[in-house]
Amino acid sequence: MPPPVIDVRDLRTHLVTRWGTVKAVDGVSFALGEGETLGIVGESGSGKSMTCLSLVRLVPRPAGRILGGRVLLDGEDLLTKTDAEMQEIRGRRVAMILQDPMSSLNPVFSIGMQMREPIALYHGLRGRALAARAAELLAAVRIPSPVQRLRAFPHQLSGGMRQRVVGAMAIAAPPRLLIADEPTTSLDLTIQSQYLGLLGELQARHRFALIFVTHNLGIVARMCDRVAVMYAGRIVEMGPVRRLLTRPAHPYSRALLESIPRLGTRSERLVAIEGQPPDMARLPGGCAFAPRCPSVMERCRVEAPPEIPVEPGHVTRCWLESPAAGGASPGGAG
Amino acid sequence: MPAEPAAAVRPDAELIAPAGASPGAWRLPVFPLSVIGVFLLVALAAPLLGLPDPHEQSLRNRFKPPAWEEAGSWRHPLGTDRLGRDLLSRIVWGSRVSLAAGVLTVLLASAVGAAVGLSAGYYGGRVDAVLMRFTDATMSFPVILLALILAVTVGPSFTNVVVAIAVILWARYARVVRGQVLTLMQLDFVAQARIAGAGAWRIITRHLLPNTLGTLLVLVTLQIGYVIIVEASLSFLGAGIPPPTPAWGSMIAEGRDFVTSAWWVSLFPGLAILLVVLAFNLLGDWLRDTFDPKLRQL
Amino acid sequence: MLRFLVARVLQSLVVLAIISVVVFVLARATGDPLYLILPMSASQEDFDNARRYLGLDRPYVEQYLSFVGRALTGDFGTSLRARRPVGELIGERLPNSLKLAVFAMTVSLAMAFPLGVMAAVKKGTGLDRTAQIVSVLGQSLPTFWVAILLVEFVAGRWQWLPAGGIDGLSSYILPGFTLGWFVVAGLMRLLRSGMLEVLDSEYVKLARLKGVDERRVIWMHALRNALIPVVTFAGIYFAILVTTAIVVETVFAWPGLGRLAYEGISSRDFPVIQAVVLTTAAIVAVVNLGVDCLYALIDPRIRHAR
Repeated sequence: MPPPVIDVRDLRTHLVTRWGTVKAVDGVSFALGEGETLGIVGESGSGKSMTCLSLVRLVPRPAGRILGGRVLLDGEDLLTKTDAEMQEIRGRRVAMILQDPMSSLNPVFSIGMQMREPIALYHGLRGRALAARAAELLAAVRIPSPVQRLRAFPHQLSGGMRQRVVGAMAIAAPPRLLIADEPTTSLDLTIQSQYLGLLGELQARHRFALIFVTHNLGIVARMCDRVAVMYAGRIVEMGPVRRLLTRPAHPYSRALLESIPRLGTRSERLVAIEGQPPDMARLPGGCAFAPRCPSVMERCRVEAPPEIPVEPGHVTRCWLESPAAGGASPGGAG
Repeated sequence: MPAEPAAAVRPDAELIAPAGASPGAWRLPVFPLSVIGVFLLVALAAPLLGLPDPHEQSLRNRFKPPAWEEAGSWRHPLGTDRLGRDLLSRIVWGSRVSLAAGVLTVLLASAVGAAVGLSAGYYGGRVDAVLMRFTDATMSFPVILLALILAVTVGPSFTNVVVAIAVILWARYARVVRGQVLTLMQLDFVAQARIAGAGAWRIITRHLLPNTLGTLLVLVTLQIGYVIIVEASLSFLGAGIPPPTPAWGSMIAEGRDFVTSAWWVSLFPGLAILLVVLAFNLLGDWLRDTFDPKLRQL
Repeated sequence: MLRFLVARVLQSLVVLAIISVVVFVLARATGDPLYLILPMSASQEDFDNARRYLGLDRPYVEQYLSFVGRALTGDFGTSLRARRPVGELIGERLPNSLKLAVFAMTVSLAMAFPLGVMAAVKKGTGLDRTAQIVSVLGQSLPTFWVAILLVEFVAGRWQWLPAGGIDGLSSYILPGFTLGWFVVAGLMRLLRSGMLEVLDSEYVKLARLKGVDERRVIWMHALRNALIPVVTFAGIYFAILVTTAIVVETVFAWPGLGRLAYEGISSRDFPVIQAVVLTTAAIVAVVNLGVDCLYALIDPRIRHAR
């Protein structure tokens, strides 16, 4: 097995808010190899975005602080790098696509300028070679008339186009790891599908590892090899897509599947699950999902479950899966 | 596994925390409120305070320094001026002038400005264009020049100062209110009101005006300080409140030639202005942060 | 873009026209200047002659039109007091006022920019707090008071800088500082709040994600967006500088437009008053036009919207 491109171990990030300290990322671990795609699913506030920002060390300061863990990119721990070193790494080896294309591009600079900037930075190109490369990248993301587009400004482009431009900037290096934080949530349905196809193509060509954050299980089914389900800052279940989606081990994953949103919907609240999303500043002791869990046991309220293997490559944080509780859970029905 | 978080992890890139409401937003602004309170009280109660007569001249007592200096005495805590008049008393009486000028002027200007802004925003089209041209023209007119002209033609007086400033100041309010109204008009409730048969007057007074009051309040507070300074500048130039009424600006002018020898004559009135204006500005800032941070441009 | 420009110029002209009418009326309202010009012993006939000579007996509308007509060719009439063409007087004084205003503005901008930006970048630190204090103080201090104190101490007692008049670069410093002080305060605070907002935006986050170096992120990506309200206010402040100058010019004996206005008003010199107000208004109009163009340059959304 080749070494993973990205190997995250016990990542912890805390946010100080006026309501208390929030453990936004509470012991997250996963690894991803070349050409592999990991989906991260969860409600808002589950820690998906904060995990991504922590990987590149752009956690909002001074409220946020990365407290511990290791983030190994091709074996190098990013958490021990200096600011200058991180700056070199960002964009070149790790790239990220943000959710809202309307606000991702700087409104006062042309597309060309915003494209040329990273290319010049990563490859040292100038003048005509630079412009040519920029046009090439735009073509790679299937933007028509790329040369003209370089002179355009963001407000002259549609949402889908803008997101492609952002995608083009992201693969300028090309990076080893691409993090996509809900890139299609703000796009129209048909455009979403095209964009996902584009991402798949780019990945096939450049072989980067892809982390795809979304709350839409349909997209996960289509795009990802593995999926991690996050709840209250922790990964509560992670495993191969097919397995997890057909036989989820964690009650939360089960509940999610039972309320499957169809591709393209944007519901933030998952209707079928009882109770409220957790107050991140005041988490109960024990398993964070206990207050809402249909299969809750006494132990759950007291002790937070560790990662328990269900099958090779499939882990979950649920006492139901511990050997003492009797092993494999019933699949499907809750 | 890392031994200790601090050792294993490098500090993050220097970034700005997410901007929410500013931290001081919900704490009452004690300092400005108390300063304004004190000045208001003192101004209103001036006749009852048992101070020496601000007009009383006494050549024997001229240029007495403040009480803590050698030649000073507690009968004149802040000293006396060129004509032997008690400085503290004059400052107190001067506060009546400044505060009255400030408050009256902004009230007048905001009333007129709001009316213009509401009309321009609501009616739009021709009405808006014409009103806005007037507003622009007014805004380009120099306040002090106008006040000077008035002072010279009709003679300096309190009313003239208020009118002169208000006549130019309303334009600011008109612009801001119009902007707000334009935004409000996009919202559904105006259309609803129309459908329900409400007439222009009703829509403007019942629906639009209440929504602009917050902004108006902020703007009014922030402008009082400005008006006080303009009034003081005018008095300084001799075109404001005429003597013998004590006014901070003219007091400063009187003390101008003696700044090195009798520094207190010009210093204290200036400090008074500074305190009051500072208080109003701070209060206005707090109001703005609390009600509508988007107004940061004001 | 061109249409935009033309429309704005037309608007400015309308504004100027309105002002010219107002000024005309006001100047007439300041009273009959003849009483100041003619000696006490003048007879009624002398008055009538003088009136006819100065054209003051013609109907108002005619006076206004001839005033406008001549103004457009730069002829503002003759100063009733100084017996010289007003145009000349303005020609002498205006450059001084402009020089002072430009000096004050330049210094203010040079100070406000770095302070405002750094206050935002280093939010919460000592630098930031100091900047905020300076800013709020600057907008609360009465200029003329500071001016007097400065003249007395810096120029009078300590003799570091000249107290008045134009005498080389050093004489710009005190009046320039006095004028510019509150501009620095206002602009710095505007920059700070603008930058705070922009530094929080998604596109700045993306720029960092691309690996752009922090200095470039702040001074290019962020600042460019925060500039927009600052440009408007810089324009307004410049206009204020030109008009507030009366007080500063008086205190520092600066031979500029402000003092000319003061003198003109005291002596009921119509032509001078009219000319000064019109000139001031024209300057403001030009500055506003310039600001709008700058706007369009900085923000492409505005360029394309027209």
